[in-house]
Amino acid sequence: MSALAVRWTQHHPRIFLVLAALLWWGLYQTLQPLSEVVVAALPVDRQSHLGAALQFFLYETPKVLLLLTGIVFVMGVINTYFTPERTRALLAGRREGLANVMAALLGIVTPFCSCSAVPLFIGFLQAGVPLGVTFSFLIAAPMVNEVALTLLFGMLGWKIALLYLGLGLCVAIVAGLIIGKLNMEPYLEDWVRDIPRADIPRAEAQFTAVEVDFGERLAAGFQSVRDIVGKVWPYILAGIAIGAGIHGYVPQDFMASFMGKSAWWSVPLAVVLGVPMYANAAGIIPVVQALLDKGAAVGTVLAFMMSVIALSLPEMVILRKVLKVRLIAAFIGIVATGILIVGYVFNWVL
Amino acid sequence: MKDIKVLGTGCATCKSTVALIEEVARTKGIAVSLQKVEDIKDIMHYGVMSTPAVVVDGKVVHAGGMPSRDRIEQWLCS
Repeated sequence: MSALAVRWTQHHPRIFLVLAALLWWGLYQTLQPLSEVVVAALPVDRQSHLGAALQFFLYETPKVLLLLTGIVFVMGVINTYFTPERTRALLAGRREGLANVMAALLGIVTPFCSCSAVPLFIGFLQAGVPLGVTFSFLIAAPMVNEVALTLLFGMLGWKIALLYLGLGLCVAIVAGLIIGKLNMEPYLEDWVRDIPRADIPRAEAQFTAVEVDFGERLAAGFQSVRDIVGKVWPYILAGIAIGAGIHGYVPQDFMASFMGKSAWWSVPLAVVLGVPMYANAAGIIPVVQALLDKGAAVGTVLAFMMSVIALSLPEMVILRKVLKVRLIAAFIGIVATGILIVGYVFNWVL
Repeated sequence: MKDIKVLGTGCATCKSTVALIEEVARTKGIAVSLQKVEDIKDIMHYGVMSTPAVVVDGKVVHAGGMPSRDRIEQWLCS
């Protein structure tokens, strides 16, 4: 049955897309009334703490998962147009400046997993992509990703999602420009600098030449839904459950005292706390939403999120294989400073 | 006998790629020598930028993500 469905979508990809979009939209519209009906049917008072928490959980969970499934699918299809090899070809030989902007933007649409960070890094450098431009890509790719943006959009609204997108790109672009200006090439590990360029076989030409039809791109979309949504849903569920608890039980303005605007030290503390946390970004956003509701400042919370996603300890360990300690320290210092500034600016403006 | 190498630094996707190739080879009854290349310097010598990548008889046939079952069958049978 499912094999038949897969074959059908491959033969009629466009019809499938229209039907799927209609079905998706219909489902999305019924979530709010449905969650109210379910809560009303339960033996709890809608106005009570438990009622509020339950309604929040029953509405937010399917909403966020549905949004995520849709967007991850679309991104999975878009990703097939932007292979790392193509991105590298677009960036190779360019001067720093505009190329940093391109690199950060390409970081959003190029498929990237942190276990590929090292091969990608070396591959970029060998093709003649400047170090600073490579860093712009490496900072933007994990930080400005579709999972974080979808969750921000779903739980905090489009304004905050858009601000996160814009400021995340700014941090990646500026940090890359600074690293480029510092001429840090001597702080690459010796073996990275020593691999002669001629030694690298142009192997990638063999498989990028394979023609990909639209049906296969859709199959890639399904695959990324399986991979990404399959991996993050438990975190989201846990995050929303914690968030629901906070909504129902934590007193109003409780967070204002230590995560509010008046506490200047909360932004650096948020950045430092974010570094050892990893892969839980999907679970953090629902909690963040609840904290905001209880008086935490937006800038502090966004700084925390960026730090969690952009400065992860496991990624530093991987990058240590190709970068000397000084370059890693510069990378962490520059990105952390950028995030700090973003946090303060937000708290000041909003 | 096909000589197959899976290039990857040891993430979950790399491991499932090895497992999938093993399984396809077993069900098709094709003898393969399957090897996992985890050292980053060795990986770089194949010129790939995204892992896991698959090398069949010295040729890179795939890079970045799990290959589909159909693809693996094609490599083994060709």
